[in-house]
Amino acid sequence: MSTIALDRGMRHGFSLAWRGILKIRKNPEQLMDVTLAPIIFLVMFTYLFGGALAGNTDAYLQMLVPGIMVMNILQASMTAGVQMNTDVSKGVFDRFRSMPIARSAPLVGAVLADIVRYVVCIVVLLVVATIMGFRVQTGPAELLIAAALTILFGLCFCWASVFVGMLLKTPQAVQGMMFVLIMPLTFGSNVFVGTSTMPGWLKAWADISPVSLLSDALRGLLNGGAIAGPLTGSLIWMAGAVAVFFPLAMWAYRKRV
Amino acid sequence: MALAIRAEGLVKHYGETKALDGVDLEVPEGKVVGVLGPNGAGKTTAVRVLATLLRPDAGHATVHGHDVLKDPRAVRSLIGLTGQYASVDEDLSGTENLVLLARLLDFSRAGARAKAAELLEQFELTDAAGRAAKTYSGGMRRRLDLAASLVGNPSVLYLDEPTTGLDPHARNEVWAVVRKLVANGVTVLLTTQYLEEADQLADSITVFDHGRVVAEGRPDELKRRVGGQTLQVRPTSLRDLDVVYRILGDLTGSGRPATTTRAC
Repeated sequence: MSTIALDRGMRHGFSLAWRGILKIRKNPEQLMDVTLAPIIFLVMFTYLFGGALAGNTDAYLQMLVPGIMVMNILQASMTAGVQMNTDVSKGVFDRFRSMPIARSAPLVGAVLADIVRYVVCIVVLLVVATIMGFRVQTGPAELLIAAALTILFGLCFCWASVFVGMLLKTPQAVQGMMFVLIMPLTFGSNVFVGTSTMPGWLKAWADISPVSLLSDALRGLLNGGAIAGPLTGSLIWMAGAVAVFFPLAMWAYRKRV
Repeated sequence: MALAIRAEGLVKHYGETKALDGVDLEVPEGKVVGVLGPNGAGKTTAVRVLATLLRPDAGHATVHGHDVLKDPRAVRSLIGLTGQYASVDEDLSGTENLVLLARLLDFSRAGARAKAAELLEQFELTDAAGRAAKTYSGGMRRRLDLAASLVGNPSVLYLDEPTTGLDPHARNEVWAVVRKLVANGVTVLLTTQYLEEADQLADSITVFDHGRVVAEGRPDELKRRVGGQTLQVRPTSLRDLDVVYRILGDLTGSGRPATTTRAC
């Protein structure tokens, strides 16, 4: 692909991302899942289980916030498929596809617009966490890197959701399917509790799950501690997710529309 | 006359269903061809193939000489598509919808705004320009959809059941718009379930049924063949036959009526 074609492709992607952002502005309730849900999880787990699990709620909060960031970005990224399924069933994509633009532009645009949701998600979470007593133990640079990593994680894993979104018929089915996939993925990890008391098979998975590894990397970045190991692991997961799900999503998209 | 659209032997099967079963179609430049047929006759499938949205299982088609399979990009730069279901973004306003499409067609920011304003004016949507498309009436939405398909100044326009579900007033508005476009030299492929609509707008009509072309011709020819009235007369006495012939011939002005003679 020539540079000019690539440049046009990016511009089309950005134009379509602008559409996504306009839609968020017009339907702020779309942000509910990335604002209210994280707050509820944060408050509920901290005050219900914090004392029992970590001795006191403050210590638990420091451990929980990085994990909740990962959990919520994953949930936020999973709505991409629902959104895209809606677009396809309403015929909006037919118009885009009958135009001389890159085939992937509508997908890329939708995913870029999702970055806005991710940023909102992280900011809201950190503000509420700070009010509850969470403190970044390192510095602003580490905080920024942690936020960027989290967003990157969402961008990589959202292709799984796009894939499911293109395979299933209705937005409701996509929503249900993603819920079923995400719940075990987020709870079968070290986000809420350490893995040491889990049965062997679960511990084996939870120790290497992408959610656990990124949570540990973020803990290192925000609370201080080992970073290199879990960071490498989570980057490998992200690369793997893109390598597997981006082609699958494109394939399903071409087949569907 | 040069052909804007030429399709030969288009086939598209969905499992057992033959959506297209060997369709030939020719649309001369600057003309309106109406594709008439009931639901499930293959009209929309044909449009989707010609708009590069769907690969046929067999056959080929060209738009202004560009093959829809080999050079879809060239085809896409020539066509405008107004789908069976208005495919504008309901959350976006009229202006935003059109600006988005103009930007995708490489208009500058200012150019896109100007084009959107011009189209909204042309389709009498200026007053509603800032409102979300979901608040539009059926007719307004269809007009916005038409406007959307014209952003790139297409020379070939596909109108897939543009008036299905519209009330007579809104339907007339859409018809007026289509006539204006044709007057400006745009080639139109129109699908419809209504003979009246094809009759009103089309220079020639192709009738689809079960994925095949079952009739073709000018509207008046087809109406004579398909929708013409039949008068059956049986004289009580065979001797009066000649008189009956003469009377009927005078009455319809079409010469000798067809006869079947049966012994009674």
